[in-house]
Amino acid sequence: MSLLTPDLGLLFWMLLSFLIVFGALAKFGFPIITGMVDKRRQHISEALRAADEARARLDGVEEEARKMMEEATKRSSEIMATAVSDSQRIVTAAHERAEAESAARVEAARRQIEIEKEKALGQMRSEVAMLSVDIAEKVMRTHLDSEAGERELIARLLDEAQNNTNAPAKEGER
Amino acid sequence: MKKAVRHIFMLLAVLLTGALQGGVWAQEVEQGVAQTEATDMSAEVVDVEVSDGATEASEEPEKLDVVGLIFDHINDSYSWHIATHKGHHIEIPLLCIVRGEGGDWHLFSSAKVAHGDSYKGFRIASEGEEWEGKLVAEGGDGALYRPLDLSFTKNAAGLMINALLMVAIFLGVARWYKRRNYSIYEVPRGFVGAVEMLVMSLEDDIIRPSVGKDYKRYSPYLLTAFFFIFINNLMGLVPTFPGGANTTGNIAVTLIMALATTFVVTVFGNKEYWKEILWPDVPVWMKFPIPLMPVIELFGVISKPFALTVRLFANILAGHTVILALTCLVFISVSMGTTMNIVMTIFSVLLSVFMLVLEILVAYIQAYVFTMLSSVFIGLSRKEHHAAHKKN
Repeated sequence: MSLLTPDLGLLFWMLLSFLIVFGALAKFGFPIITGMVDKRRQHISEALRAADEARARLDGVEEEARKMMEEATKRSSEIMATAVSDSQRIVTAAHERAEAESAARVEAARRQIEIEKEKALGQMRSEVAMLSVDIAEKVMRTHLDSEAGERELIARLLDEAQNNTNAPAKEGER
Repeated sequence: MKKAVRHIFMLLAVLLTGALQGGVWAQEVEQGVAQTEATDMSAEVVDVEVSDGATEASEEPEKLDVVGLIFDHINDSYSWHIATHKGHHIEIPLLCIVRGEGGDWHLFSSAKVAHGDSYKGFRIASEGEEWEGKLVAEGGDGALYRPLDLSFTKNAAGLMINALLMVAIFLGVARWYKRRNYSIYEVPRGFVGAVEMLVMSLEDDIIRPSVGKDYKRYSPYLLTAFFFIFINNLMGLVPTFPGGANTTGNIAVTLIMALATTFVVTVFGNKEYWKEILWPDVPVWMKFPIPLMPVIELFGVISKPFALTVRLFANILAGHTVILALTCLVFISVSMGTTMNIVMTIFSVLLSVFMLVLEILVAYIQAYVFTMLSSVFIGLSRKEHHAAHKKN
């Protein structure tokens, strides 16, 4: 039956037309279409990856910023704390030093005062002694100018001496 | 929504007019039959010959030769017959190219050998003769012989038209990209987008998974095969001239397609593939004294293209036959009376529409199956490592 026997002429024309189509489209047809779609797909996947990366990087940046912020606050509070403690220490130290200094100065002043006092006392004592000697001289002179005076003096001295023995405390008062 | 409704209405309208026209046409034919019968009965003396009467159905003038009509369509022919109007054949003559016995080539129009004419000793063998419907010539010894015949027949012309159409479509699509300087930011819509989607669906769904890693090398061939078959199938469903040639329903066409796949498989098959055939991994006694397994495998190698050839050819042929038979129902039922004829006409048109729609599906499915099997065969011939026994 002719349906099942391939005809030579048609085989030839079929081969020819198929080769024409294949030759034209395998070079200028299908590779361009598939190539374009592949290119587009690649671009899309790359863009997606880039977007993901950018987002990840953004997340990283935010995280970093947050961390930096945290660190900065921590550092500032630390600095504040150390500053406070430092200032306290300084103040305390200054206080102490000032106290010590003032105490030393007071001590020195007291010693000076003591010394001055001693000196003044000594001077006074010698002056008083001199004065009393002078007074005594003067008194003696006046009293020794007259006989009556001499006697009176002697008498008084004797009284005094007597009083002194009776009341020695009186002499201690001076 | 509105558009869809409009489309449905259009379809219904077309259907109805088709049915009506079919009915009217059938009635005309019927009237003709009636008239002929009348004349036959009344004036037997005149020996009415309504048609030119030389070739077909001379003893039963108006009885439709359905089988002949169907075979006329599904077989190849030397001229492209479009219609017969009042006994006058409207057809496109094509080129006959034959080499006679003496080795000399003859080119002539098929019109010269139409209707039993003879040209330079070449004529188309008539019914009952050997090589019926083919160009034959009488040899020196007076016996008929078949010359070497490379005529540009109806199917050859159809193939060429479809080939050019296909080249135009895909080069057009490729040009679309070129005009946009291959910019990746331009995404096609409409027809180009549809073509791109179809191409990519094939490459992603069949070619890449079936062929394997170097699928890029084979995808142009496989895509060409798919669209060649698909376009030929679809054009075969177009009733008249640019389409209508039963190309993929012709065994020569499908044979070439199958041989192309076999060629690719055989030429690019790797060592693993040939080892699987000639020295498969089976116990030695199955392949040494009597090469049992190699014979089975070689049978598989031969049966693959055979299956590809016959599947496509038989499917398309059957589709064409069924559509033609359903269409002929209109003319067969003429003798059953007007009412029956109208009923059968509507039935025939509805069924024809259904079959045509089904054939569009088949056109796609057969192209798909051919491409898928070709991909699988190529994939098997490119097997990297012996994974599992797979014999086809």
